[in-house]
Amino acid sequence: MSSLRNLLTVVLALAALCFAQPASAQEPIKVGAFLSVTGGASFLGDPQAKTLRLYIDKMNASGGVLGRKLQLVLYDSQGDARQAVTFVRRLIEDDKVDFIIGGSTTGETMAVAPMVEQAGIPFFSMAGASVVVEPVKKWIFKTAGSDRMAVARIYSDMQKRGAKNIGLIAGSGGFDQSCRLEAKNLASKFGITLAADETYAPTDTDVTPQLTRINSAKVDAILSCGFGAPTVITVRNYKQLAMKTPFYFTHGVGSQQFVDGAAGAADGVRVTVSAVLVANELSADDAQRNVVQSYAKEYQAAYNEKPAAFGGFAYDALQITVEAVKRAGSTDKQKVRDEIEKTKNFVGLNGIFDITAADHMGLKPDAFRLTEISGGEWKLLK
Amino acid sequence: MSDLLQFLFSGLTRGSIYGLVGIGFALIYRSSHVINFAQGEFVMIGGMVTVFLLAAGVPLPVAALGAILAAALIGVVAQVAIISRMRRPSTLSIIIVTVGISMFLRGAAEALLGRQFFSMKGFSGDDALVLLGAKVSPQSIWIFVSLVVTTAAISLFFRRTILGKGIQATSSNRLAAHLVGIDVPAVLAICFALSAALGALAGLLTTPITLTQYDVGITLGMKGFCAAILGGLANPFGAILGGLILGFAEALAGGYVSSAYQDAVAFILIIAMLLVRPNGLFSAPTVDRV
Repeated sequence: MSSLRNLLTVVLALAALCFAQPASAQEPIKVGAFLSVTGGASFLGDPQAKTLRLYIDKMNASGGVLGRKLQLVLYDSQGDARQAVTFVRRLIEDDKVDFIIGGSTTGETMAVAPMVEQAGIPFFSMAGASVVVEPVKKWIFKTAGSDRMAVARIYSDMQKRGAKNIGLIAGSGGFDQSCRLEAKNLASKFGITLAADETYAPTDTDVTPQLTRINSAKVDAILSCGFGAPTVITVRNYKQLAMKTPFYFTHGVGSQQFVDGAAGAADGVRVTVSAVLVANELSADDAQRNVVQSYAKEYQAAYNEKPAAFGGFAYDALQITVEAVKRAGSTDKQKVRDEIEKTKNFVGLNGIFDITAADHMGLKPDAFRLTEISGGEWKLLK
Repeated sequence: MSDLLQFLFSGLTRGSIYGLVGIGFALIYRSSHVINFAQGEFVMIGGMVTVFLLAAGVPLPVAALGAILAAALIGVVAQVAIISRMRRPSTLSIIIVTVGISMFLRGAAEALLGRQFFSMKGFSGDDALVLLGAKVSPQSIWIFVSLVVTTAAISLFFRRTILGKGIQATSSNRLAAHLVGIDVPAVLAICFALSAALGALAGLLTTPITLTQYDVGITLGMKGFCAAILGGLANPFGAILGGLILGFAEALAGGYVSSAYQDAVAFILIIAMLLVRPNGLFSAPTVDRV
């Protein structure tokens, strides 16, 4: 009797499996994300979360990927590396996501890197610093142009204007300090000397002492490494001190918030930004023109606000991974990773990606556009 | 030389900001022996409400007044609806409740007004003024003048008005104050309104310099608290001087030592103060008769 019951159980289980099989093909592809939607880095995470939601909805509306719907599992890590670690563990172990997009800040990305590597899951970071992909980590890719590219772009412009001695002002955070390090390392290549090197705390409300010291060093140009509110305070203090030295910022300030917050103080400041911010100024033969303009239009339509460059990191990460999933024909983690590494000539919002085994970012310095702020608008410098 | 002057101006600006925030702590402490950790949030409310009213097209003086009234109202509601209704109001439990109120206000601002930072133009524009070879933002002068006027007003309020004396009486002995006919609950509510209003004033004055964001109250509140401790918690004028000392120390440390240690300066000063003069620079030690 009991053997009969056992047999019955097995048969039922088998039958269940048979029925489950087609159903599992319809199971959604799980996109895991952890972003700084709130907290100090919310200006990064907020447009990224909005972008992911917008484009995952759009993909689902047009039939999904490989006949499967995409399902977003999003956690708000609030710019906190410890929370990022907790959430990534949850994404991997409980939610069993197929790939991860996230890490709005360098600190969060580097904190979760060992865990991602160990679990073996494709991970696209949106952090700016070069350390994320240098040295190359097997499972980790990034879409944000690195600070080295930005600094190189800025230095070549300084060179063109004949600057020799420059001042550096940077925050004490991870992104700022990584950029500062690149600025120090690259300087000699461009015949530039760092005559002043100042740091501020992320909570500083006034950086006039630092700027005063830079001013006393009689520099030809100033480079600011930083993002968020402190950069707005920096540029306002610069105006307040009536300084005229050419002032450069990296892509960390690439949002309308910077221009609006500066309230006119940013006029004449030069910034390396992603093409998203100058969507309407791209020339007709620009390869990125179409993709950038349609993103800008769709984002504006969905959220009724100007798109920030940071949302573009999420867009490129999602599109490249989805393309890789399509090519791999499955969500097998190893296959998807290998396909991401084969991404060639992908025209994204941040530039044209040529990812290789040796370069997990795949962007060139000209992916950044050098702009000058004028009358509260980003003006592309030819 | 002009560098030193520039650092001193930076110190004066910072110090005036900290002092304005610090007065609020001292006022509430003076009346009720409670440290109101929601004080920083009133600073945030002052800045935020002003920015939003300006954006809605309200002229600056009206927007400023609206922000101050809004903060005062929230202060009264917090005191009357929450703090005065506590069953066993020990000092410690009231302090914990103020921490809760601060979290609530911060969260509400985040949900209602958004997470990005906001700014506004200086009251008299943003073009620097040159004083003795150093550059000063006109807003810094606004802040400093407001600090002086506020100090004078508070001084007059405590010395010349019945209400001010009532607050002093409530502070020194609540029961006795009640017995001589002072409406103690009303006095406490007024104190909360007053310090919330002062916090909001500080917030709207400093927004052109520090920007404002839903969580700006944490940092400014902490610095204002340091200022109040430095000057002796019970003494609003001490808070002002404490703020100025703190501001100068930070600016000079940033200018001559390293900007990385600016924040540490505030906390080193507090530790030194608690070790050497636990009652602060400007408060006489309290003596309790046993």
